[in-house]
Amino acid sequence: MKVTRRDFIRGGVAAFTVSFGAPAFLSDLARAQGASRRNLVVLYLAGGNDALSTLVPYTDNFYYSRRSNIAVPAGNVVQLGPDSSGRLLGLHPRLSGFRSIFDAGHLALIQRTGYANSSRSHFLGTDIWSTANPINSMGPGWLGRYLDMLPSPVDPLAGWCTQREVPHTLIGNKVSVPGIPIPVSGYALQSPNTGGQEPTFSRNAMAGLASHLPAEKPHLSFVNGTTQAALATLDRVATVGAYGGSITYPGDGLSQAFKAVAGAIVQGIGTKVFWVQIGGFDTHATQNTNAQNAGYANLMGSLNTSLVAFYTDLRNQGLLQDTLIIQFSEFGRRISENGTAGTDHGAAGLMMVMGGSVHGGFYGTAADLNPFPNNPTLENGGGDVTYETDFRAVYARVLDNWLGANSVSVLGGDYRKPSLTFI
Amino acid sequence: MAQLTPLTAHLLRRAGFGARPDERADFAQLTYPAAVDALTNYDPATTDIDGTIGTPGYVGITTNGRFSPNLVINDARQRWLFRLVHSPAPLQEKMTLFWHHHFATAFSKVSGIVGATDGTRMMAAKPSEDAAGAKGQIELFREMALGSFRDLLVAVAKDPAMLVWLDGRQNTKNKPQENFGRELMELFTFGVEHYVETDVYAAARVFTGWNLANVGASGTAAAYYAFNYVPNNHDTGPKDFSFPIYSNGSRRIETRAAASGMQDGIDLINALAVHPETAKRLARRLWLWFVNETENAPDDFINTISQVYLQNETRMRPVIRAVLMSKYFTDPARQYTRYAWPVEFVIRSLKEVGYLGFSVNSAITPLLNMGQQLFEPPDVNGWELGPGWFSTGGMLARMNFAATLATNQKVALREAARPYKATPEAMVDFAAGALSMPSLANDERDVLLSYVRSGGTWTGSDAQLLNKAGGLFHLLTGSGEYQFV
Repeated sequence: MKVTRRDFIRGGVAAFTVSFGAPAFLSDLARAQGASRRNLVVLYLAGGNDALSTLVPYTDNFYYSRRSNIAVPAGNVVQLGPDSSGRLLGLHPRLSGFRSIFDAGHLALIQRTGYANSSRSHFLGTDIWSTANPINSMGPGWLGRYLDMLPSPVDPLAGWCTQREVPHTLIGNKVSVPGIPIPVSGYALQSPNTGGQEPTFSRNAMAGLASHLPAEKPHLSFVNGTTQAALATLDRVATVGAYGGSITYPGDGLSQAFKAVAGAIVQGIGTKVFWVQIGGFDTHATQNTNAQNAGYANLMGSLNTSLVAFYTDLRNQGLLQDTLIIQFSEFGRRISENGTAGTDHGAAGLMMVMGGSVHGGFYGTAADLNPFPNNPTLENGGGDVTYETDFRAVYARVLDNWLGANSVSVLGGDYRKPSLTFI
Repeated sequence: MAQLTPLTAHLLRRAGFGARPDERADFAQLTYPAAVDALTNYDPATTDIDGTIGTPGYVGITTNGRFSPNLVINDARQRWLFRLVHSPAPLQEKMTLFWHHHFATAFSKVSGIVGATDGTRMMAAKPSEDAAGAKGQIELFREMALGSFRDLLVAVAKDPAMLVWLDGRQNTKNKPQENFGRELMELFTFGVEHYVETDVYAAARVFTGWNLANVGASGTAAAYYAFNYVPNNHDTGPKDFSFPIYSNGSRRIETRAAASGMQDGIDLINALAVHPETAKRLARRLWLWFVNETENAPDDFINTISQVYLQNETRMRPVIRAVLMSKYFTDPARQYTRYAWPVEFVIRSLKEVGYLGFSVNSAITPLLNMGQQLFEPPDVNGWELGPGWFSTGGMLARMNFAATLATNQKVALREAARPYKATPEAMVDFAAGALSMPSLANDERDVLLSYVRSGGTWTGSDAQLLNKAGGLFHLLTGSGEYQFV
C-alpha cells in the first residue's frame, strides 16, 4: 500500500501500522502531532518493589554484607555507571534489554523517591501514592483529579485501565475510567441470540432504550447516559482487540496488557492515561533475586520482555515521542534481608520513567547502606532507605511538562523540583 | 390470586432482594404493616436453608470437587448468593450485607496474612460445620443482624477476621497500634467529627492485649485462632477521652489491673454504642442503605430513628421496623429511585426471570465486573453506594449478566411467553409485566416493539418466540429502568 502524505494526515497517524523500514517523515509527523496525542502509561509494581534489587549499588560493601543470600553479584549486574554522587549502579541482570534504552537516553532512574514517615502498610502506602496525599488518602486519585479537570464532556475512554479493578489513582469525582481486562475482546456487548442479525437488533434496541432521558428522572437519565457511553466505546475498544502490533508480543499478562495499550495508541483511541499493573513484589520470603526461573528474577524478566516489546513496537510506529511510561510501587523494602531470604516492608523506592521524549539518566543519589548513626540517607535505625525526592515532585513534573496540566491545582500544592528534568 | 401492591413490592426490593413467584403470592395476602412484621419478626433459629443447596428446585451451584463453603472463598460466595435467592428471611440477609458494608473487612488482606483456608474460615465458616467451631464474620453478622448493636460491637472487637484486618494483634502496650481504635470511632460508631486525635491514642491503649491465640492441635482441621486477651500486653494506665465514658459524665477510664484490663474496651464500646451521635450516624447509614443515597437524610428522620435506637438499648429490630414504616420509606414517589447495588440487581433478576438450571457461580465474575465482590469490600469504608456503581464497564457488566441469564433461561421464557405469542404488543406487555419495574414510557415500548418485529414478519413461530422472549428479558433487565429499586 502506498501511503501519501495527504492520506496520512487525513487518516490520522495512528490509523497506520508502520513497519521497521518506515520512511522518516512518518515519525516526524507523529512527533509534530505529539502535543495532542500525548499519553501517559502508569506501571504499578504491586506489593512494594525491592528497589535495591532493581538498581543495584554493586560497589557498596554493605549491600553485600547485609544481603548475604539475596545480593546480586557485581559481575552479573547490568552496569550503567555512576550517579552524581559517584556511586556505581547497575540494573538487575534480567533487565538487560533496558541497557540500550538507557544508552539512548530514554530511561530516567529516579532514586530514593518517597515521602516523610513512609507508611509500611500496603493499603495505606498505596492510597498515599494514589492520592498524592500522605495526610488524607481517602479522596479521589491524582490522575482521577487530572481527568476531572479536562474540558467537559470528557471522553469515556480518556482513561483506560488494563485490568478489571480500576485503581484508586484513576478514581475521579466526575470521570469514570473503564476497567478493560485482557483479552480486550471480552469488553463487548453479549446477546442471548447469536444468529444472523439478532445481536445487532439487540444492540440497537439497547441503545434505543438508553436514548430515553427524561428530565424528571435524573437518576435514570444518568444511568442511560452511562449505557450510551458504554455502547459508544465498544467499537473503539474492539479495534484495539484486533491490533496485531509491529512485533510479536509475548503471551504473558503484562505483555498483553502493554499490547492493548499500544493498540489503543496506534488506533488513535484518544486515551490520555493508561494503567498497567503487575503483582508479586511483596517478597518477604525466598525472594530468589538470582534464580534462573523464579521469584524476583522472573518479575524482572517480565518487566524486561514486556517493556522492551512495547518500546520497540511504539518506536517502529513513530509513536515513542508521544508516550511516557512512569513506574512506581507503594514502598521500597528493608535493606537487610530477613531470616527467610526475603525482605520486609521498607521506605523510599525507585521510580523509572521511559519514553522517546525522556531525558534519561540518573536523578537523585543512591543511599549509603552503611548503618552508622545519623547516616542521612537512611532511617529507622539504619534499617531503611530514606527519601530524597518527594514522589509528588515526579507527579508534578509529569502533570506540568507532559500532560499540560497545572500541578499545583491537581496536587493541591507546589511540589515542583527544578532539578527533576527528566521530561 | 391477589396481586402484590406496589408498596409491598417496594418493600421486598428494598428490605429484601426482590421476590420469587412464591414470595409474591405469600406477601400478596398481607397488609403493608403485616408484611413489615413478616420481614422483621423472623426467628434466626429457623432461617437456615443450606440443606437445600444442590437439590432440585433451587438455583444451582458449581463445585470443583467437594463443595466447601467454609474453606474455599468461591464456595462461600456461592453459598451466600444461594441464601440471597432462597432465604426465608430476606431482611436477615439484607442486614448481614449491611453489617458487612459497615464493618467492611476484605478477604484479600485476611487471607494474605493467615492463608486462604483460614481466611475463608474467618470470613464465612459456619460453626456447626467447622472442626474448631469457627464462626466466620458473616455468620456473626447473620446471627446478630437485628440484635443489639452494642453486643455486635463487642463481638466484632473480638472477631478473628477483624483482629487480623485492622491489625489488632500488633496492638501492645509498648507499641500501640491505632488502626482498630480509630476505625471504631470514625467508621463503626459516631464518626470523624466527634473525636480528637488524642482519643485515637487513648482508644488504641484501651484495646492493647486484645489478640488471638492458636487453638486446636496444629496441623489438624481443629487448629484455629480464638480471641485471647493477653494481660501482659495491656496498658494499665488511665485513659482520658474528650467525651463521656460513664453515665456519671466521667471522661476517664481509671487505672485497672492488667488481669481485668479487658474491661477498658467494654467500657469504651458501651460509651460509644449509646452516644447520641452514634445513634444519628447509624440513622444516616440506614437512610443511605434503605431509602436514598444521593440526598441527606431529613432531620426528623434522623431524630426519630436515633430515638428509637436509644430507647431500645441499641436493639436493631425496632430500629429497622421504624425505618420501614417511616413516611419517607413508604412515599410512593420513592419507588424505583434508589440505585440497585450489583448484588440487588443480580438476585432480583434471578428471582424474577428464573433460576432453575442457573448456577450462582456464573454470577461471581459478573458481580466483580459490576464492582461488588462479596467478602471483598474495596476498603474499610465499605462500598460506595449510589451512582458510583455505574461506570461504563459496570453498566456493560450488568447488560451482559442480563444476557447470560436470558440465554440460560431461554427455553423457559419461550414457554412462559407462548400464551402471548399472538402479537408483538402482547409479547412486550407480558415481559414488562413479569418484571418489577415502572410502566414503560411510550418511546421505550416502541423500541421493544420494533425489536420484536425485527428480522422478519412476526408469526409467533417457536423460533421467533425463542429469540424474542429471551431477547426481551435481556433488554428489559439490562435497561436503565431495571437498575433501580
